[in-house]
Amino acid sequence: MELEITLVVNGATRRVKVPARRLLSDCLRHDLGLTGTHVGCEHGVCGCCTVLLDGRPVRSCLTFAVTVDGQEITTVEGLAREGTTREGGGFERPGRLPGAEANTALSPVQRAFAECHGLQCGFCTPGFLCTVTAFLRDNPEPSDDEIVEGISGNLCRCTGYQNIVKAVHRAAELLAEET
Amino acid sequence: MTTRLFGEPVQRREDPRLLTGQGRYLDDLGRDALAAAFVRSPHAHARIRDIDVTPALDVPGLIAIHTWEDLPERVGRALPLLIPHPALTHGRTAYPLARDVVRHVGEPVVMVVASDRYAAEDACALIEVGYEPLKPVVGLEEAVQGAALVHEDVPGNVGAHLVQEVAAADGRGAGETIEAAPHTLSFRLDIERSASMPLEGRGVYARWDGRDLRVYSSTQTSTSVRMAVAATLGLPLPHVEVIAPDVGGGFGVKIVHPWPEEILVPWAAMTLGREVKWAEDRREHFISSAHERAQIQHVRVGFDDDGRVLGLDVTIRHDHGAYTPYGIIVPIVTSTQLLGPYKIGAYRVEFTSVYTNTVQVTPYRGAGRPQAVFCMERTMDKIARHLGKDRTEVREVNFIRPEEFPYDQRMTFQDGRPLIYDSGNYPEMLRMIKELIGWDGHERRPGRGIGIGCYVEGTGVGPYEGGHVQVTSDGRVHVSTGLTSQGQGHETVFAQIAATELGVPIERVSVVTGDTRRFGYAVGTFASRAAVMSGNAIALACRKVREKALRIAADALEADPADLAIDDGMVHVAGAPSASIPLSTVAVLANPLRYAFDDEAAKATQFSAAASPDRPPVAEGEEPGLEGRDYYSPIRSTFASGMHAAVVETDPDTAEIKVVRYAVVHDCGRLINPMIVEGQIHGGVAQGIGGALYERMVYDAHGQLVNASFMDFLMPYATEIPHVETAHLETPSPLNPLGIKGAGEAGVIPVSAVIASAVEDAEGIDVDRMPISPSELFELRSAVE
Repeated sequence: MELEITLVVNGATRRVKVPARRLLSDCLRHDLGLTGTHVGCEHGVCGCCTVLLDGRPVRSCLTFAVTVDGQEITTVEGLAREGTTREGGGFERPGRLPGAEANTALSPVQRAFAECHGLQCGFCTPGFLCTVTAFLRDNPEPSDDEIVEGISGNLCRCTGYQNIVKAVHRAAELLAEET
Repeated sequence: MTTRLFGEPVQRREDPRLLTGQGRYLDDLGRDALAAAFVRSPHAHARIRDIDVTPALDVPGLIAIHTWEDLPERVGRALPLLIPHPALTHGRTAYPLARDVVRHVGEPVVMVVASDRYAAEDACALIEVGYEPLKPVVGLEEAVQGAALVHEDVPGNVGAHLVQEVAAADGRGAGETIEAAPHTLSFRLDIERSASMPLEGRGVYARWDGRDLRVYSSTQTSTSVRMAVAATLGLPLPHVEVIAPDVGGGFGVKIVHPWPEEILVPWAAMTLGREVKWAEDRREHFISSAHERAQIQHVRVGFDDDGRVLGLDVTIRHDHGAYTPYGIIVPIVTSTQLLGPYKIGAYRVEFTSVYTNTVQVTPYRGAGRPQAVFCMERTMDKIARHLGKDRTEVREVNFIRPEEFPYDQRMTFQDGRPLIYDSGNYPEMLRMIKELIGWDGHERRPGRGIGIGCYVEGTGVGPYEGGHVQVTSDGRVHVSTGLTSQGQGHETVFAQIAATELGVPIERVSVVTGDTRRFGYAVGTFASRAAVMSGNAIALACRKVREKALRIAADALEADPADLAIDDGMVHVAGAPSASIPLSTVAVLANPLRYAFDDEAAKATQFSAAASPDRPPVAEGEEPGLEGRDYYSPIRSTFASGMHAAVVETDPDTAEIKVVRYAVVHDCGRLINPMIVEGQIHGGVAQGIGGALYERMVYDAHGQLVNASFMDFLMPYATEIPHVETAHLETPSPLNPLGIKGAGEAGVIPVSAVIASAVEDAEGIDVDRMPISPSELFELRSAVE
C-alpha cells in the first residue's frame, strides 16, 4: 500500500508517495534524491543517518517516512545558511575547482569540521553535523565532557574523535562570533 | 620556490563536498538501477540439497533469480587466489555463488534482482534452500585437531605451513641458543578476531550499454577489479572501466577482489541489459566480508643478564577462515614484522594457517602487525619483569643503533624482497616517548599502570604506482593516479606535492584517484603505500612536466632553461620577474593547433605560432601538450616506526579499564601534511583501543556469529577514546625522491601491546590475551587470589 505524504525538507515542501514500510532514510535518499544522509547500520546504532526532525536529531533509519507526514526535516544538504543547495555535481562541476570558494557556503559547524580536520572518509560526517548542530543550539558553550557525551551516539571509524571534539569547540566559537 | 606546500597542514580539498552532502558514495549513484540482494547461508557448514525459487516468483517487482547453476562456465569458476605462495599448499577460494557446499554463515547462495531492495529482500525471504548440515569447525583449537574438515581435500585443515629461520652470528639456531641462554621463558598468547568495519559497507553498481561496461565499486583497487571483471566476463579490457567513487572507509577489507558481488552484479547488468546495484547492509558486512587478527602464539625466548635477546622461537597458529583468496600475507607479515626495532640473535618462526568454518581472514589495518607487536612487546615486558629491570631499558639494549642502517633482518618480507630497514632512530624515539608520557616520573600505585610498545612497519610496498600530470591552457593542473582513496586525503596531499613541484597555486590543482578512465595502471591502496608510491610517482611526473615547460618557456623567452624558475604559475627568468610567461601560455605553445576554437587556441594555430618553418611542429621524440606520466617502482619497502605509551586506571571493584593518557611518537619520514598524518594516527589508535579492550567476533560452537551487529560488536564511541598526544621524528627514507615512508596503518599497530603492558603494570598480573574485557580482568584477578 502506498501513501502520499508531505515533508518539508530543508525548507522546501515535497510531496512523495511511499509504501508504508519505506524508511525515512530510504525516502530521503532514493525518493527525494538527497543522498547526503547515509546509512551505516540500519539498526540505529551508528548515527550516520541522523537528520533533524522539527529541529531534533533522529535516526532516519529507524523512522518510517509515513510517520513524519507534515513535519519539517533538515538534512546535511540544508545545514548551510546560504547558497548551499547545489543540484548535480556540486563542487565537481566544470568551472569550479574542488575546494574553491568552499568555506563561504558552509555553516559554522561544517566550517569547523573542515578547519579542525574533523572528518576523513566523510561517511559518518552528515550524522555528526546534524547531531552537533542541534547540540550546540541547546548548549552553546559546552565543556569537553559535555561534547563527548553529546556525540556519544555517533560512530566514526576514521578520526578517533579527537578532531571532532576540537571541531565542536571551534563551531561553538564560530557560532558565538556570528551572534 | 614560493609555492612550497609540502609539509604544511593544508586544509583538505575533499571536505567541502563531503560536508555538504555532495559526496558520491556507491549507494548515492544509480538511482534508477535495479537492486540485487542475496540469499546467504544460515549454516556454517552444509551441503546444499536443493533450491526452490518458485515461492518467490510472484513477488511484485522481481526481475531475476540466479543460482550457481545459472552462471556461465567462466563466471561460475572459483574466485581467484590473488597472492599464491609456495607454502600455501592447499589454497582454496569460494565460488561467486555457493556450489554444492557452504563453508561459513553468510556465504552467498542465490542472487535476486528486483525493482528495488525491498522487493529483492522479499523474494530472498521466500526462496527455500534445502541444506544437509555438516560438522562445522570453529576456532583454532578445533581446526588444529583436524577431526572435522572444512574442505574435504585439505587434510588437518592446514592451508599453509611455513618455517623461517635466521641463525645467530655464530651460526647456531634459535633452539640451541635458547637452551644455552642464561635465562629462558616460555608462554602462550591469544589474540581475538576483529574486523575493518568501515561505516560504508561494500557495494557495486554496473552499467552495460551493449558494448562497454562501467562498474562502480567501493573498492581499494579499481584497476585490479577492472582486470578481474574483464577476465571473468570475457570482455576486452578497453571495454571495461571501473571507478571507485567516494569510499566510506576501507581499512583493508576492500582490497580483496573480486568479491563475488563484483563479478555477479556486472554479469547481471549485462545479462538483463539494465543497470544493477548492490549495497551491502551491516549484517551482510559482518557475515560475508573479511575479518582479521585471530592467532595463538607459543613463544620461547632466551636472554642474557642485560635482557639482550639471544634466541627467539615463535610458533603461530593462524585462523584464516573458510577461504584464502588473499593468500597468507597476514601470517607472513606477523612472522617478519615481529622483529620490530630489535636485533634478535637467532630467530625461528613457524606458522600454521588453518581453515575454519568462519568468515575469511584478510588484512585489516595493521595486517598481522598488531599480533606481531603484541608478541614481541609482551616478550620484552616479561624479560624486564624476570630480570627486575625497567621495561624501557630492556628494549633499549636490544635496539638497532642509528648507525647500523640500512639494517638487514635477513628475512624475506611480504613483497618477496629482503627485509632491510632503510632508516630510523629508535633510541631517540624512546627518549621522546619517555619524555612525552613522563615515564621516569610516573607515579606508581595499585590500579594505575603505565605501558609501552614499539614497532617497525614495512610501508610503501611495490611493485609500483604511476602518476599523470597535465597542464591545460587555462593554467589548471590535472593530476591522476590509479590507486584509490578511502578518506586519507589524497586529493589534498597529492595536490600539495604537485603544487610544490610545479610552482603553481594549489587552487589550480585537481586530483583524481581510482578511476580507470584516467589512469589504468595501479596496484591499490593498502600497506600504508599511497603517499610513498603515488606521491613519488606524481612528483616524478611533475618533474617531467616542469622540464618540458622550462624548455618551451626558454624558447619563448630566449633564455636558458637553467635560468628559469616557476612561481605562482609563472615561468620567469630567475632574478628578472618581468621576463615571464604564464604556465597556461606554455601549455598553449606545447600543442600546435590548426583550429582556433577559443582565444587561447588562437595563439597556437599554424599561422600564429612562432615555430621555425624548417622543423616539424611537433619535434621528433616530443608529444603535443604539456603533460607527463611517470611511475615509481621501489627496490624494496620503506620502514616507518613508532613508539606508543599509555597510562591506564583499573577499577578495583568493577575491573573497568580506563585509558587515562595516550602518547605517540611516530616516524614516517618526511611529512607531507602533518594535520593529515596526525588524523591517521588518531584514527589508528582508536581502532587499536577497540581491538585492545572491546572488539571481538564471537562465534558459537555452531559457527554462528552471535554479535553481528553494532549493538553487540563494540566499536568505540567518543566516550571510549582518550586524547592522543603526538610527536614526530623525521628520518627521511633514502629510498625515494621525497623521503617519505607512509602512515596509514601506524596508529593501530602497537596499541594492544601498550594496553596489555599498562594493565599488567597496574594489576601485577600477566595479561596474555587481547582484547581484555572487565569480566576477563576480574577473572584474572580471581585466579591470582
